[in-house]
Amino acid sequence: MSAARDDILSGIRRALWRGSLSPDKTAELTERIAAHRRNLVPARAAALDPAARADLFVAMAEEVQTSVARIASDADIPAEVARYLAAENLPAELVVAPDPSLDAIPWDMRPLLQIRRGGAEAQDAVSLTPCLAGIAETGTLMLASGPGTPTTLNFLPDTHIVVLHAGQIVASYEDGWDLLRARTQDGAPALPRTVNLITGPSRTGDIEQRIQLGAHGPRRLHIVLIEDAPPAKG
Amino acid sequence: MQPTSHSFPANARAGLADPVLQTALGLARSGFPQRRQEAIARLPEFEELREQGRAIKDHVLAHLDFYLERYEQNVTAAGGQVHWARNAEEARAAILGICRAADARIVTKGKSMVAEEIALNDHLEANGITPVETDLGEYIIQLRHEPPSHIIAPAIHLMKEQVADAFRAAHTELDPARPLTDPRALCDEARTVLRPRFLAADVGITGANFLVAETGSSIIVTNEGNGDLTQILPRVHIVITGIEKIVPTLEDAATLLRLLARSATGQEFSSYTTLSTGPRRAGDLDGPAEYHVVLLDNGRSALLGGEFQDMLRCLRCAACLNHCPVYAAVGGHAYGWVYPGPMGAVLTPALVGIAEAGHLPNASTFCGRCESVCPVKIPLPKMMRHWREREFAQRLSPPVYRTGLRLWAWVAQQPALYHAFAGITSRVLGWAGLYRGRFRSLPLASGWTAVRDLPAPQGRSFHSLWAEQQRRAGRSR
Repeated sequence: MSAARDDILSGIRRALWRGSLSPDKTAELTERIAAHRRNLVPARAAALDPAARADLFVAMAEEVQTSVARIASDADIPAEVARYLAAENLPAELVVAPDPSLDAIPWDMRPLLQIRRGGAEAQDAVSLTPCLAGIAETGTLMLASGPGTPTTLNFLPDTHIVVLHAGQIVASYEDGWDLLRARTQDGAPALPRTVNLITGPSRTGDIEQRIQLGAHGPRRLHIVLIEDAPPAKG
Repeated sequence: MQPTSHSFPANARAGLADPVLQTALGLARSGFPQRRQEAIARLPEFEELREQGRAIKDHVLAHLDFYLERYEQNVTAAGGQVHWARNAEEARAAILGICRAADARIVTKGKSMVAEEIALNDHLEANGITPVETDLGEYIIQLRHEPPSHIIAPAIHLMKEQVADAFRAAHTELDPARPLTDPRALCDEARTVLRPRFLAADVGITGANFLVAETGSSIIVTNEGNGDLTQILPRVHIVITGIEKIVPTLEDAATLLRLLARSATGQEFSSYTTLSTGPRRAGDLDGPAEYHVVLLDNGRSALLGGEFQDMLRCLRCAACLNHCPVYAAVGGHAYGWVYPGPMGAVLTPALVGIAEAGHLPNASTFCGRCESVCPVKIPLPKMMRHWREREFAQRLSPPVYRTGLRLWAWVAQQPALYHAFAGITSRVLGWAGLYRGRFRSLPLASGWTAVRDLPAPQGRSFHSLWAEQQRRAGRSR
């Protein structure tokens, strides 16, 4: 296949009426990539203080049928999850991401909730995961895969519950990229295997353009937004 | 698929006479443009983002070799593999090779126009591998054995009754008496039927909306979540996409993502935007063990540096289809190949040849809406004109048309003759049409009058009015 590679690359240079790029040009383009310069970022979220940014995030998320519950602290998560599952008529069973950031949740306060830690299996109906950030601009969640955050949790269960701390809410996608880059270790790939930007539950308009939720991914997306300061670990 | 673009006039007539298609297109005509308009009205920066989106794409195309090489380096560094394909045949062979090495029997697929371009499903089936389309629209048309009629809403030509018929015919294991009367029930049935196939698949194939040179990532943008289940559950993930999908950085991707969903469906952001980088990492509980990217050229590099280069900016958002009066009247199948509407009228001749697809750039009113809504400002009408010129230069247009054009060109180059002819014709027609103000039929003009009236000229020609106005202006000065 390297013949195909050479043909395509030389075909491109021929069509552009030039040979390989000069070292100067290559250096300039390399610098362009390394600089991560932002293009225009809409003012919608950028100018807001943290409280207003959180409000915008919630408003944008609710607009696309994400439900949001604002609670005071991690200790309130079990009660909120129990309330939500009961209100939606769902069984009190969930699979929780094995991420250390969720270790401190006092599930024993709600002994009727059945908790399993791990990735999603086909029969799991409800999952609960952490996230990396909330992006206020469009009410979007950013989730990154890793040993504690398997991606199947975000897609296989019918109901996806996400824990988000108010301090994790940023203005723009670009702010999200910076968070991702800050986590990259030397020598490792630039990004985790999977980064999901999730804006509302799964949907389709493929039949007569009438929107149906829950096409293949979750029918329900519920955010538990915790108003206290974010945990020290990002 | 074998193109039938050469029979566009017959295809279009069939489309106009199809009541189901006309009802379905009626829904699309109002829905997409209105939602797009509402989304754009909420983002004051949209116009400036379009300008920046265009500049990013132009910058990439001018340095495409550099960014492709940088992208490949980063895919490899993340543990993935890049396969280069000069044409459809090489792309199919690369994908089949990966599937065979994985001992694949079932392959799930996210929606990919490039997979349609290379007719991947037929090739897999012919080699004993079962491809399962998982996007709801794609699944419906796969059951019906027909091509997509729209690049983001493949089954837009159908109403729910046709979908129900297709499901009853295919899902024979289900109760035949079940009610399938509303989209909700149809959607649920597709979800139930496809879930086990997601879990059983050996290989998942997706397209890519963007490839990021900086990180070696592929990005897919979907609403259903089918693309994500397709790529995280099987052992092998294959991305098939065109070489022009590269962007330099995540920041550049963000700018184009802001344009894409708003232009396509009028959403602020699609439900799922997913970045994939290499195979699963040490310690990961899920994700594919292998990650392959098949980069397809198939005539794209040949468009660089010429009058069709701008077409390579295309994001495949379908705004041009959604705003095209011709597409809205005849539907996507009339265009006879994978890419319909204005973007198809420019791209199809480039990929299958102007001899096959000559009708498409002619099937335009040149109203300019496609260009005015394009998120990266592709001058589609101008490029359709370039194709018409090439068609004429290659003597591919019909003889009557060519003779007529030659005759007109000759007259237009003799001002005296032209003015005399125009003056006499407009006076005669003006007099003959005095009573009605229009003509229902005219000799030599049946091509026009067969489907609409010709307004009668009213008064004098522009040239003579202009000359008189100039004279008057001269006197009054």
